[in-house]
Amino acid sequence: MPFAPESFPQDTAQGLVTAAGPAPLVVVQGLCKQFPGGAAPALQGIDATVFAGRMTGLVGPDGAGKTTLLRLMVGLMHGNAGSVTVAGHNAATQAEAIHEVTGYMPQKFGLYEDLTVLENLTLYADLRHVVGKARQERFQQLLHFTDLERFQKRLAGKLSGGMKQKLGLACALLGNPRLLLLDEPSVGVDPISRRELWGMVRELLDGGMGVVWSTAYLDEAEKCDTVILLNQGVKLYDGPPKSLLQSVAGRVFQARGVQEHDRRRVLTHLLQQESVMDGVIQGRYVRVTLREGATTPPLEHGEWVAAAPCFEDAFINALGGGPGGRSRLAESMEVKPVTDQAVIKAQDLTKCFGNFVAVKDNTFRIARGEIFGLLGPNGAGKSTTFKMMCGLLQPTHGKAFVMGLDLKTATSAARSRIGYMAQKFSLYGQLNVLQNLKFFSGLYGLGGRLQKERIDLMVSIFDLHAYLGMNAGVLPLGFKQRLALACSVMHHPDVLFLDEPTSGVDPITRREFWTHINGMVEKGVTVMVTTHFMDEAEYCDRIGFIYRGENIATGSPDDLKAMARTAAMPEPTLEDAFITLVERSDAAREGAA
Amino acid sequence: MIAFFRRIRALIGKELLTLFRDPKVRIILIAPPMMQLFIFSFAATLEVKNVSVAVLNQDNGKHGLALVHRVAASPTFTRMVFVQSQAELVPLLDEQRIIAALHIAPDFSRGVESGQGASVQLIMDGRRSNAAQIVSGYITSIITAYSMEISKTSGGTPPPALTIERNWFNENLIYLWFTVPSLVAVLAMLITIMVTALSVAREKELGTFEQLLVSPLVPWELLLGKTLPAILVGFCEGLMIVAISVTIFRIPFTGSFLLLAATLLVFVISLVGIGLFLSSISSTQQQAILGAFVFLVPAVTLSGFASPVENMPHWLQVAGLVNPLRHALIPIKGLFLKNMPAIDVWANIWPMLIIAVVGLVLSGWFFTRRLE
Repeated sequence: MPFAPESFPQDTAQGLVTAAGPAPLVVVQGLCKQFPGGAAPALQGIDATVFAGRMTGLVGPDGAGKTTLLRLMVGLMHGNAGSVTVAGHNAATQAEAIHEVTGYMPQKFGLYEDLTVLENLTLYADLRHVVGKARQERFQQLLHFTDLERFQKRLAGKLSGGMKQKLGLACALLGNPRLLLLDEPSVGVDPISRRELWGMVRELLDGGMGVVWSTAYLDEAEKCDTVILLNQGVKLYDGPPKSLLQSVAGRVFQARGVQEHDRRRVLTHLLQQESVMDGVIQGRYVRVTLREGATTPPLEHGEWVAAAPCFEDAFINALGGGPGGRSRLAESMEVKPVTDQAVIKAQDLTKCFGNFVAVKDNTFRIARGEIFGLLGPNGAGKSTTFKMMCGLLQPTHGKAFVMGLDLKTATSAARSRIGYMAQKFSLYGQLNVLQNLKFFSGLYGLGGRLQKERIDLMVSIFDLHAYLGMNAGVLPLGFKQRLALACSVMHHPDVLFLDEPTSGVDPITRREFWTHINGMVEKGVTVMVTTHFMDEAEYCDRIGFIYRGENIATGSPDDLKAMARTAAMPEPTLEDAFITLVERSDAAREGAA
Repeated sequence: MIAFFRRIRALIGKELLTLFRDPKVRIILIAPPMMQLFIFSFAATLEVKNVSVAVLNQDNGKHGLALVHRVAASPTFTRMVFVQSQAELVPLLDEQRIIAALHIAPDFSRGVESGQGASVQLIMDGRRSNAAQIVSGYITSIITAYSMEISKTSGGTPPPALTIERNWFNENLIYLWFTVPSLVAVLAMLITIMVTALSVAREKELGTFEQLLVSPLVPWELLLGKTLPAILVGFCEGLMIVAISVTIFRIPFTGSFLLLAATLLVFVISLVGIGLFLSSISSTQQQAILGAFVFLVPAVTLSGFASPVENMPHWLQVAGLVNPLRHALIPIKGLFLKNMPAIDVWANIWPMLIIAVVGLVLSGWFFTRRLE
């Protein structure tokens, strides 16, 4: 539903386009922030401008400083140097005035889960002094706008991730703000709701509102009017996304016609070429970014086709290129025994929590040396499936087999051939890096010289030298994930379970992880991985799309894309495919009902 | 087999590191029990000292005065309040400014002299029942002593029976001799339960428990790895308090040290069983702490430390048999004060062994039972 500009009568008068161009709504100058006890500064000399009527993307991996910058803008904390001005008010001294004109939606918006949608709105309206007739009108508008009219009486805790974000947005919009700050609004939201949310916020721009949308998804960045790209507290780029893409224009190519079973080897080979700066697997193609002035290296099979650069290519370029294609981790491993039996098998796996069906009849098989991905939004049932496979949850019915065994009752010897990396960081934060490595290697029965060799190798591969004596809990995020991966593979497992291994890390670390995973798979390791990054799923041999607990489609990335291919959409992305298949599944469900 | 020892070693090493690596945790393990030992020993006493008593002496004779003098001379009654009328007594008692009032009637001396006998009235503050009883005992014994003296000097017949008091094991009824040995057990219990209750719950909360469950550790290895470090910590803590009791508080230790060590060890093992059980049914540290308190408070109050077990209703006495502190207090006090023989110590050790086995088996079973 179109959100008419006149819905914000106050806004149209101020902070809008003048003859000289749009007036800046937020001006950040030389902003620095150092947290006490923090190793590196959270923000270093940031200059940025946010304009009214534009969508500004605040882009970067976890720990880049996005939330810190947003909090500084609303005056929730003060910088160590530099200044922030919002609508002419100084954020350090006039935070009250800024709150009057700003809507801020933090990452975990403070919705009261035990209050209904309407009660939550009422509460925030009270806090914002929106009263009387104005309140009723505003509620009407916002409920209509966010499409929550039907759910007024529902408890906020019972809303889906997407609806929660919409309600959070409605609460943030209550005070008729001129500036809207959204901290990772698309996290935990399924792709369809994500698109809806994006569309809603875009409509607000027409009313003259300035919006800052912070995100770790680089594909979202591409759609913003302007982006501020942060990495480890440093601004890498500021401007329209198109100009950033210019930096890699003409350097991105796809190798097509590479043999299916060969693409990982081809990628490894290509990444070792001098001319290649970065490369990824994209379904059956291999996509590379060349160094400046370089030409495409020769291919044994297939041909090079120029591809449109994406934001991630540009980001990697800005960071100085990818990590190379060699995995010393995989090189140190022995080739795993060949078998034509399925290594991982799920049969009608179902899990109910009370009335709630978290996973329904999930069936799949994974062969030796295959990467199988479970792809879906948060809360779709990926982790639940995963835990049932690892024997951490008892399936309500159905069976899970790993190497022919139920892990819940498997022997110690069988479990020592499994590697498991949990979704959130779950090493011992109060032990240092070396103690963690020692503990996990000891836990898997390594000892003596072999243990020492393996630990040394992990330290060298993952660059942990500088951090050996540091408590694992205070490591930078990328190193936490590296340490977690190291701990889960030190015993050279045959089967590797990775639950969101790259969640929140920067693209370079993600590349590095996938280099290791690809290398291990070439040695015959079987990998099961969950992810909510659509692009990351391209590395998988096969994917299961998980939506509302159901496996709605299984196949190779290309098969899945083919299922969604239409005349209107000849080259669908995995996200397009996901959305199409979800819509089909919804339609089928409604048809059946 | 080698792999088994490596796994156990890794797990025990990790447990000890989590407990002793952080200086803050180290201090928490040592400082509060020591402070509690000193504070409880001096403050948590049931002895009646420094009490105030009111006297309403309406008698003008010498006997009334003599009696008042004797009460006033007792070191227990540090403050005497002399009142002139019954009406003055009421607010004093009401506001708890005195614990007892001694009322000597106008005809007291006359009654004594005439040989017909006389009585005094003692009014007590029933709200402080325990202290009141003790005060009543003190005053009664003063009065008895005085009446015996009178009958002796007046040449009357001595009373037919006399009580001669003799306190065994603690001749001077020094209260510290009772509290400090009990505190050895109480404080060892506090620290052991807290350490173990948090151990699994912390791992569940942080997600590391799942890492352990998917590892090659089998349940009983996990149990062993969790149990041994906790036993070590609780046992050492107990021994440390024993050492302080003997050296600083000068509590006589008359029994066998080996028997005391054995009692402490079995006691701590039974506590580890309970603590791990609490931990294995909690999913967060907060729940574990709540669970620990739900266990600790009744365990201490119903153990016989604060009030005699015999005073409790029969069914509670039976139910209280599952409380390891109740079993531990008897031999620990016994070994300190009366050189308890091995056979009597054993009579209290085996119930704790049963509690230990049940607790450890239950927690082991809950370990393997996955979250849902």
